[in-house]
Amino acid sequence: MNKSVYASPDQVSETKRHILTVLVDNEPGVLARVIGMFSGRGYNIDSLNVAEVSNDENISRITIVTHGTSEVVNQIEKQLLRIVPVHSVTNLNREDSSVEAEVALVYIYISENNKKKVYELCDFYRARKIENENNTTIFEIAGASERVNRFIKEINEITKVEIVRSGPVAISSIHKNEEE
Amino acid sequence: MSNEITGAEIVLKSLAEQGVEVVFGYPGGAVLPIYDTLFKQNSIKHVLVRQEGGAIHAAEGYARSTGKTGVVLVTSGPGATNVVTGLTDAMMDSVPVVCITGQVPSHLIGSDAFQECDTTGITRPCTKHNYLVKDVNKLSSVFHEAFTIAQNGRPGPVLIDIPKDVQFAKGAYEEKNKIIIPSHRLFEPSPDFEKNKIEEAVELISKAKKPIFYIGGGCINSGPKASKLVRELINMVGSPVTMTLMGLGVVGSSDKNSLGMLGMHGMYEANMAMHECDVMINIGARFDDRVTGRLDAFSPNSKKIHIDIDESNINKTINVDVPIIGDVKQVVEKMISVWKEKKYTIDTVSLKSWWDKINKWKAIDCLNYNNEGKQIKPQYAVQRLYELTKNTKTFVTTEVGQHQMWAAQFYKFEEPNRWLTSGGLGTMGYGFPAAIGAQIGNPDALVVDIAGDASILMNIQEMSTAIQYRLPVKIFILNNEYMGMVRQWQELLHGGRYSESYTDSLPDFVKLAESYKAVGLRAKTTDDLDDVINQMIETKNTVIADIWVTKEENCFPMIQSGSAHNEMMLSKDQKQDKKSAEKGKILV
Repeated sequence: MNKSVYASPDQVSETKRHILTVLVDNEPGVLARVIGMFSGRGYNIDSLNVAEVSNDENISRITIVTHGTSEVVNQIEKQLLRIVPVHSVTNLNREDSSVEAEVALVYIYISENNKKKVYELCDFYRARKIENENNTTIFEIAGASERVNRFIKEINEITKVEIVRSGPVAISSIHKNEEE
Repeated sequence: MSNEITGAEIVLKSLAEQGVEVVFGYPGGAVLPIYDTLFKQNSIKHVLVRQEGGAIHAAEGYARSTGKTGVVLVTSGPGATNVVTGLTDAMMDSVPVVCITGQVPSHLIGSDAFQECDTTGITRPCTKHNYLVKDVNKLSSVFHEAFTIAQNGRPGPVLIDIPKDVQFAKGAYEEKNKIIIPSHRLFEPSPDFEKNKIEEAVELISKAKKPIFYIGGGCINSGPKASKLVRELINMVGSPVTMTLMGLGVVGSSDKNSLGMLGMHGMYEANMAMHECDVMINIGARFDDRVTGRLDAFSPNSKKIHIDIDESNINKTINVDVPIIGDVKQVVEKMISVWKEKKYTIDTVSLKSWWDKINKWKAIDCLNYNNEGKQIKPQYAVQRLYELTKNTKTFVTTEVGQHQMWAAQFYKFEEPNRWLTSGGLGTMGYGFPAAIGAQIGNPDALVVDIAGDASILMNIQEMSTAIQYRLPVKIFILNNEYMGMVRQWQELLHGGRYSESYTDSLPDFVKLAESYKAVGLRAKTTDDLDDVINQMIETKNTVIADIWVTKEENCFPMIQSGSAHNEMMLSKDQKQDKKSAEKGKILV
């Protein structure tokens, strides 16, 4: 639905998940400008990731996962471009080919009963053991969000876990080739 | 380095290099070093307001009446928070303003120091961009970038927050032309911008049978040349044109093609023409909800062309067929040359029957009101004001409410930049300080604030400012002892329960004027009106003219919230159907 005090007349298109990558000048307040635009205009942020990607040019890349109809996401992209320190906005859903990945750290309670199952599952998902103390083990799993979701769902059925997830970062593979 | 100067001196030097002649402000602890430097120079004039909110509206009035950038200087904490309304107003109406705020010294930031607030945090959503400058050596480049950003693309307010220690610190000054602003921070259309879209648009216009131009404030922001070009294009096509509240004056009211204002309180013929047109050419307007009415019934059968400098306005509320991103004067200039190059003509037979239809709507005479009796009708007061000032170079500002709409309907504007009103934010209290700013920028012109009795009290303290600088600003109050527009909505939508909309205990405006050593005048009946207006114009002093108007007059025509362009209410007797009235009630 478009944003207006009146209901939108247009057919409402399907709500979809979109990954936006935003290149910004790495200056104070830039993240606040970006997320303030989302909250101020009533858009959704499902996950958000920021890190400096180029030291010399002082540029950060923000990866935002949002959901909305294509009209709403269009508007989000244009509103992002109005922010002065924003260099570019790319909607990876519109790119032909993009790669996304995220990292999750999973704190797993292990007992003699479930030990075998847990290790089998971790092996299957190629989750890497990074710490082992008493009855708990921390595993790291990286990959597409769906894969991480599946892993978490299955491990939850076996034992109690505690999870931290980075949220996805993504990059367009086609785009990079063209630039080179 | 020997050529280092203090931060405060850099501020003044930057302003001077940017061509700033006047600053509107109010001193305080965190800007004392800048005020001290101001004291030692003569090139920049400072106008002392009586509340910071007045400073920013004055800067807006100055900017909109002169086309220059308005500059505001206020202190930290309450100084900064008091300008928030004005910044939002400038953001909504795209007014170039640079606002300088003092901040507590760097080492105290975050300690809840006296008069500390998170100014950049508070103003982030209501400025185009803002800065907290912690390094004196970056101060001049920040200033030059700030002025460029305020004026570039779609103009807007920019705020610069300067901690007090940075104002004292010494640093290097960099000149304007030495600063390189990266292109992504600005709006820079390429020279060949949108060529295909422009050709597509012009062809579409040439094939129109029922065209209408829908003109907005973007044409005014693009400069006086834009208005000339827009007029030229419209004359070439011979098409009717309607203007938004912000666009009044782009095409003269007396122009044969002009249908006047459109929208909620716009002209019947303008709204009907918008509803029935086959090609709509939106130049510099943004399909605001006051203009469109109900969206699912907005101009259902037209192809829409939308020229806007801000891409986020495209398809925001209304989907268009031909979007063109660019500055009005550049785009329209190209459109004219394409029209000439391709030797386009318009189907004159269809155009004639379109005009015949429009003239029938015009014949309804939607602004007609009952003007019997000795009591002054507010519409009549504005009409007389127009008749008696039309041969003078006049700037009209307004507050917000019924008087604003009557001013828009009954005062005829022939030029751009003469009409200053708060359109987007709808800020009561805007008009009087804006008039002060307009008068400072145009010392020889007549500046009239058409006000309501409630609105004027929101910034009445600026009487002192007007008197101190000997500004012959005229305040023309349509006094009905009500917040008229609130009362009108309560009458139409809330069963006539006038909850808190009666402005009890009003001051005696004549005595109020006199207490400031201004001139107070009063018109109680139609017999007094012309004399009062003439006396007001002739007085070389600040004047408050208290015009007693009929108390329960409604502003018509009106598209009620939830209704469409072709469902205009011409009078109170014409009721909105119940279902859309109920739906409309929840809207603003």
